Amino acid sequence: MADEEKKEVTTTGEARATPAAAETPAAPRFGRPGGPGRRPGPGGRPAGRGEGGPRKFFRRKKVCKFCVEKIDSINYKDVRLLQQFVAERGKIVPRRLTGVCTPHQRRLTAAIKQARNIALLPFAARY
Amino acid sequence: MPQQQRMYEVMFIVRPDLAEEETARVISTVESGATAAGVAVKNVERMGKRRLAYKVRKFQDGMYVLLTVEGPGSAVAELERRLRVAEPVIKYITVRVDEEQKRLAKIKKIRDSKVRQRPRTAEAAADSEPAPATA
Repeated sequence: MADEEKKEVTTTGEARATPAAAETPAAPRFGRPGGPGRRPGPGGRPAGRGEGGPRKFFRRKKVCKFCVEKIDSINYKDVRLLQQFVAERGKIVPRRLTGVCTPHQRRLTAAIKQARNIALLPFAARY
Repeated sequence: MPQQQRMYEVMFIVRPDLAEEETARVISTVESGATAAGVAVKNVERMGKRRLAYKVRKFQDGMYVLLTVEGPGSAVAELERRLRVAEPVIKYITVRVDEEQKRLAKIKKIRDSKVRQRPRTAEAAADSEPAPATA
């Protein structure tokens, strides 16, 4: 009796697990190392966790703020915008940290330099 | 050879310790100087008092004024010379804006044409979406 019950539980567990396993390769490509490893575990959960879970451990894909928000003009007068791409000491933050695409980084750099010339942004922070 | 008319933005900083009417006088002198130099002043915008990012002539803040002008490059050079000579103006920058405006207009045109196309593609996406959900 007990054996039969166990069997049932395992079969249902597998049945639940398989659709989840079938889904994971299709949906998040980045979550691949986390997905298959967790497959034998509780059936229902991987599908739910597969969306958000692995992204915590793997680097989030950075996207260009200007492309996403469709900011066309990067103007030297827009201090608020430029300030997001200037480090505390006044340095321009590199692309590899901010994820800005090359054409936009070029315009951004030019705008920051213009803003520095008219004292809207610092060349270097005090002390 | 006629010189090309171009759009420029001239931003300059007036020293902050002047009285209100004196500042106004400085701005109007710059304006008249610009017309004398041969550029047409399109717009004058006072951006108000702002803290400077670094000290300029021992001033911590300044009155920012933005001038939009149109004229040939040589005239703008003359305007710059006048600004350099003007004692109450502590800093200035000239930026050519016509190329940028042209670029923005182009992008906007492309985007608008895409918006007009989008309704059709959105419908197509809506048609294809329910199919996998039912299957």
